[in-house]
Amino acid sequence: MATILTRMGDGHSVELTPDQLRREVVEGSEDAARRARIPALDENEVDYLVDLFAYPGRITGVERGREVVLTKDGCANTLYSGQMSSGVGIPLAREQGVRIFERAFCFDTMEVAHPDYSFKPAKPLIALERTTMEQALLDTIVPLFYGAMPNMGLYFRPDGPYRNPADLLPKGLIAEARETQVGAAAALRDDMVMVGTEMAAAGADGIDFDTTASAGDAEFLATLEAIERLADTTDLAIEVGMATELVLGFHGELEYKGTRLAGLWPHQQVKVVEQAGAHIFGPVATTRTDRTAPWNVARATTFVRECSRVAEIPVHANVGMGVGGISMAEVQPSDVATRAGAALVEIGGADGL
Amino acid sequence: MSICHALASGMGGIKTAGDLVARMQLRKMRLAEAKRYVADALGVGVRDLTDSTVMRALREELDIGVITAVPGSAKGIEAKLRIADLLGVPINSVERLRERASGSL
Repeated sequence: MATILTRMGDGHSVELTPDQLRREVVEGSEDAARRARIPALDENEVDYLVDLFAYPGRITGVERGREVVLTKDGCANTLYSGQMSSGVGIPLAREQGVRIFERAFCFDTMEVAHPDYSFKPAKPLIALERTTMEQALLDTIVPLFYGAMPNMGLYFRPDGPYRNPADLLPKGLIAEARETQVGAAAALRDDMVMVGTEMAAAGADGIDFDTTASAGDAEFLATLEAIERLADTTDLAIEVGMATELVLGFHGELEYKGTRLAGLWPHQQVKVVEQAGAHIFGPVATTRTDRTAPWNVARATTFVRECSRVAEIPVHANVGMGVGGISMAEVQPSDVATRAGAALVEIGGADGL
Repeated sequence: MSICHALASGMGGIKTAGDLVARMQLRKMRLAEAKRYVADALGVGVRDLTDSTVMRALREELDIGVITAVPGSAKGIEAKLRIADLLGVPINSVERLRERASGSL
């Protein structure tokens, strides 16, 4: 029997029979459906994914005319940064990197960002960040965002001034753990508003909050509040990319306009992000390295499809390393990356990636 | 990996009309509406938006920035000035330039 060559979630190759491939797609979708209480992919959609992974070509893509808008995280760090960003270490200034992505790689948008890609380290260097943005805006044609991660973990000891909830929770100090998260969230919110305001003054087209809610519901709340303020006071387009498919409740009781944030899935996350005033939403589904690429892509597609169905703003499915069905691997297999993108657009209904 | 996505799924940026459709998404338009809006503004079909043969010529004709380095063609903010007028939408960096240059021009 002919087998189909595909990969595991960690990028290693694996061969599946046609029946095994179909089973992987169905089970991946059903996993998402069961967890988020959303519909699984129907028979036609399963057939599409089976055909996608059974196709022997190394790369594939969407049909002509079905192309979507690409937004970017990390500026051009894949060019000038090191292994930590899967960067290839080419000595380039950020302005050069942005132009390469515009002209050589034909990206639809781009972003300026600090190599230490979080709001906390960017804030003390805001003068440099703003200067870089101002200069890049003069030279480029594509929309330019300023991007950074909320990354509330940097506000906790030893990296920041607030007591670390990861130290408090194992001691049963739940009230104290909640209090410190609320304090850190307020500081984070103010920093994000400050950076966003400076970028608006620079003339940036937008701001990108990447890996939102990585530290859970308090970080999500800080980001939503920052979005509200920036939407009210600036003309920035606001993009929100999430960290994972489920908002983790490290606090557990925080709400935004009556909606408890802990436990939200992508189709629910997009609604509070819309309420806050954002313009683009990026749902995430984390890749499981112990499952196959078809399983992971089917799972991610199921989450994104429901998110796209209910969204009123554009949905840009996250397809970076380890999310959206993409392999959790330092060097990306092109066969999986192109299939994941095609699936999220053609079946997931994403407006972008 | 970025190149994978650009080749497999991306609209093509300034090689085609990807940047223009992106600007409409920044105004909360979903993809179909954004493509329709830009196609109408350019006077082309939606399918033409990602056709580099059509768009390369059209972008040069409209002088809104082309992918190759052509002397005398609009570049950077020059192109964005024209794009803002073409699409009928404000572009922040263009508005900033107009404010800073007011009285000088």
